[in-house]
Amino acid sequence: MTTFGWPEILFLLRAAGWTLLLTAIAFLIGGAIGGVFAIMRLSRIKILRRIAATYILVIQSIPVLMVLFMSYYGLSVIGFELPPFLAASASLAIYVSAYLAEIWRGSIESVPFQQWEASSSLAHSRAQTYRYVILPQAIRISLPPTVGFLVQLVKNTSIVSVVGFVELARAGQLVNNATFDSFRVFGLVALIYFAICFPLSRLSRHLEKVMNASRPH
Amino acid sequence: MPAVLIDDVHKSYGKLEVLKGVSLSVETGQVIALIGRSGSGKSTLLRCINGLEAFQSGRIEVAGHVLDQDPKHLRELRKDVGIVFQSYNLFPHLTVGQNIMLSPRITKNVPQAEALALAKEVLAQVGLSDKFDAYPDNLSGGQQQRVAIARSLAMKPKVMLFDEVTSALDPELTGEVLLVMEKLAQGGMTMILVTHEMNFARNVASTTVFMHQGKIWEQGPSKELFANPQTPELRGFVTAGAH
Repeated sequence: MTTFGWPEILFLLRAAGWTLLLTAIAFLIGGAIGGVFAIMRLSRIKILRRIAATYILVIQSIPVLMVLFMSYYGLSVIGFELPPFLAASASLAIYVSAYLAEIWRGSIESVPFQQWEASSSLAHSRAQTYRYVILPQAIRISLPPTVGFLVQLVKNTSIVSVVGFVELARAGQLVNNATFDSFRVFGLVALIYFAICFPLSRLSRHLEKVMNASRPH
Repeated sequence: MPAVLIDDVHKSYGKLEVLKGVSLSVETGQVIALIGRSGSGKSTLLRCINGLEAFQSGRIEVAGHVLDQDPKHLRELRKDVGIVFQSYNLFPHLTVGQNIMLSPRITKNVPQAEALALAKEVLAQVGLSDKFDAYPDNLSGGQQQRVAIARSLAMKPKVMLFDEVTSALDPELTGEVLLVMEKLAQGGMTMILVTHEMNFARNVASTTVFMHQGKIWEQGPSKELFANPQTPELRGFVTAGAH
């Protein structure tokens, strides 16, 4: 049995790095896909709206754990062996895309419709209206809930430990199994999560206040 | 050729018919006031003229464009037809100058320097040269509305539509907006305005059109129409103080 010392602490910190990397990848890829679905959801073309709505509904209705099992175990059954990191990133990105699509759709819709009217009355195309009038305002509106969702994502990356990927939560389990110093090990793991999430939560709260203060009447 | 030609336009929302065969002709340089009670169809008619509302039958021709719902045609038409709304609808994330320069730049590829000169010119026209770098939220309602007019003017429209542009303003702020519109009228702009300002209609509009129940009920030279209304509905409307 080893004791809980510096090598173990460093191991946890390195694992926290994987958690951050996984969060970043899932957020960036999921964000890109989510942005496309948010716009599709508001398209004038019915079939695009339907596809986006269905995708969002399906993904939001199944646990991200099932998406992970399907991409890791399910795909290996039919011959595609995804490495754990890839399966984890892909599953989380899919999860992120559905939630961000909904958050961003709501943000776009909360820009007053008069802004659409004013923009199109000035001979702007729909794409120009999005680019110059709607999205700049929608992005401001979306910042607090988006950062808030990021906090959820950081914590939810822990589920990928079940396919054997060693991020912070899984690293905590491994160190605990070797040291049996559960209280200190998981205390430190919790502290690291807190150190990542707390500033983000504060940022989200702060953004919300700033946005409210400068909201057009 | 008239600047605006409206021929037997019908429009309904579901079963509710809001325009029941409206025909109207507006000459270049003419100022027309549309008056009537809420629900008489005057705002709907105005919004049909630049395609914000679609209509079921009839024909509208404005500044040489025949109205249909093809997005490309609508964009061409809207380069020539400006509209100013009751709620100003400035873009809150852009400064006054940016609000004005945006559309000429992106829809007509006007170079930056030229757009800047144009913005300064139209801002001077509405008496707000010192507000170029201000954000809309820091302006009064009257100032925002004047910027909205300037933003429309920067597109060099052939026809301007005004949809109850002073209705959201405090009484002491309506004057400054009406003054800008009066100057525009004197400058020869073709204008159609939906308004509750009866004095303005009487004094500035050459023709006033009274709408009632989705139809043009009565129209004529403004001074005559107000002095000597022919129908009981208009008589009632005028004596009731218009609101």
